[in-house]
Amino acid sequence: MATDTPFSQGLAAGRLRYQRCQACGAALTGQRYACTQCASTRLAWCDAAGTGAVYAVSTVHRAPTEAFRALVPYTLVLVDLDEGPRVMAHGAPGLVIGERVAAQPMQVDAQPLIRFDPQPVR
Amino acid sequence: MRAAHLIGVGLTPFGRHEGASALDLMARAAQSALDDAGLERGQVDGLLCGYATTLPHLMLATLFAERFALQPRYAHSMQLGGATGAALLMLAGDLVRSGRCQRVLVVAGENRLSGQHRDNAIQTLAQVGDAQTEVPNGGSVPAYYALMASRYLHETGTTEADLAELAVLMRRHAGAHPGAQLRSPLTVADVLASKPIATPLKLADCCPISDGAAALLVSAQPGSGPRVVLRGAGQAHRHQHLSAMDSVLACGAGEAAQRALLEAGLRLEQIDHLAIYDSFTITLAMLLEEIGFAARGGSAARARAGDFGPQGALPLNLHGGLLSYGHCGVAGGMAHAVEAVTQLAGRAGARQVPRAQHALVHADGGVMSSHVSLVLLREG
Repeated sequence: MATDTPFSQGLAAGRLRYQRCQACGAALTGQRYACTQCASTRLAWCDAAGTGAVYAVSTVHRAPTEAFRALVPYTLVLVDLDEGPRVMAHGAPGLVIGERVAAQPMQVDAQPLIRFDPQPVR
Repeated sequence: MRAAHLIGVGLTPFGRHEGASALDLMARAAQSALDDAGLERGQVDGLLCGYATTLPHLMLATLFAERFALQPRYAHSMQLGGATGAALLMLAGDLVRSGRCQRVLVVAGENRLSGQHRDNAIQTLAQVGDAQTEVPNGGSVPAYYALMASRYLHETGTTEADLAELAVLMRRHAGAHPGAQLRSPLTVADVLASKPIATPLKLADCCPISDGAAALLVSAQPGSGPRVVLRGAGQAHRHQHLSAMDSVLACGAGEAAQRALLEAGLRLEQIDHLAIYDSFTITLAMLLEEIGFAARGGSAARARAGDFGPQGALPLNLHGGLLSYGHCGVAGGMAHAVEAVTQLAGRAGARQVPRAQHALVHADGGVMSSHVSLVLLREG
């Protein structure tokens, strides 16, 4: 089992989190010890609004574990959040690159995850 | 600075070697390399090993040294995913050029196919993804590469049929090598009709899992045969995880290759032989195009034109690459270098190309995360 981090604790609380540099304000992809822009180590975890655009999408037909085998085919996406960071998550079937999406909490085998659905048109 | 001479190679057939351990396979390739170079064990003073997912030992190099009856003055192993083999050769070159070692044995091997359940192999490899943000999504190496491929196709106009062309090319080359795992003829239609793995990648876009081993000997002194030297090397490491890759058009491959060419004092146009990592068809397309051996989206057109064939301007992976010779981990990436050295030395027999003077070897580890380029030359 992977160690808990602020990101995974966020998921468990139904939140999608990312890091923001407290020195230069840059929003960061991934889990960092230092800012990729200014090298400051003053980073804070923030809640994302959950909206963004699809950067990449794949329909997975061969799952790596038993829990995901029950789900195939499932859609994985990389989404560029409106705040800037890129995240990997599940996606609604049929998403295409560039499509506007919004995050929803989901679970697979008790593992909290994020699924992006098409963003409702307002 | 002294030269780093490649004086011997060993490569087992890839496929199923039932009952052979990682160390057994490593020993076979290492013995072949010693025999090829005409060396005795005692003449090896440096040993560099990779890793084996079926044998996660803390000290693989000394474990192998004991079993193979070596007592080197310098030994350790290294882990850099698919780029390990090329990185080991780069280090071996530095060790002999600095005078630290006289003759370095670089060896890797693994019973990745027969030594574990396929699911274990896939789960182990999936861990190159981020443990909190990627792997829990049901990610796998094919899924990571598929996501990357979706974006690359979107940005460059590359089609699934274009990617298929590269699988067909590797299969055609494998047909000429008796050690290749997959040798039955393959067409673009076959690739497109193969089982979906993770769109846009299908089974025939993915390399097989293999047992096998490879070894090379790097020496401060030339051997008795044709002289093949490692003249330049370069690396680039821009990210570990797919999420953190800024752009699919700049993964680091181009930077690593430019560093290697600069050290070798060569221009890209002078390269006349290619040994490029091809874990998936998308890997090969992205590496060829970022380094500059084809225009963006243009790899398939060059393959169709015959440019990457044995009679073409840039013969590519004439052993069949990972896609068809097979992939047993570190040794899978070393097989490209073995074939390039064999071709440069003019010792490839029926596969020998008319001219091979300047070869570029490139490997990536992770999800296009670690990049290592080598420039190999035939002297004289």
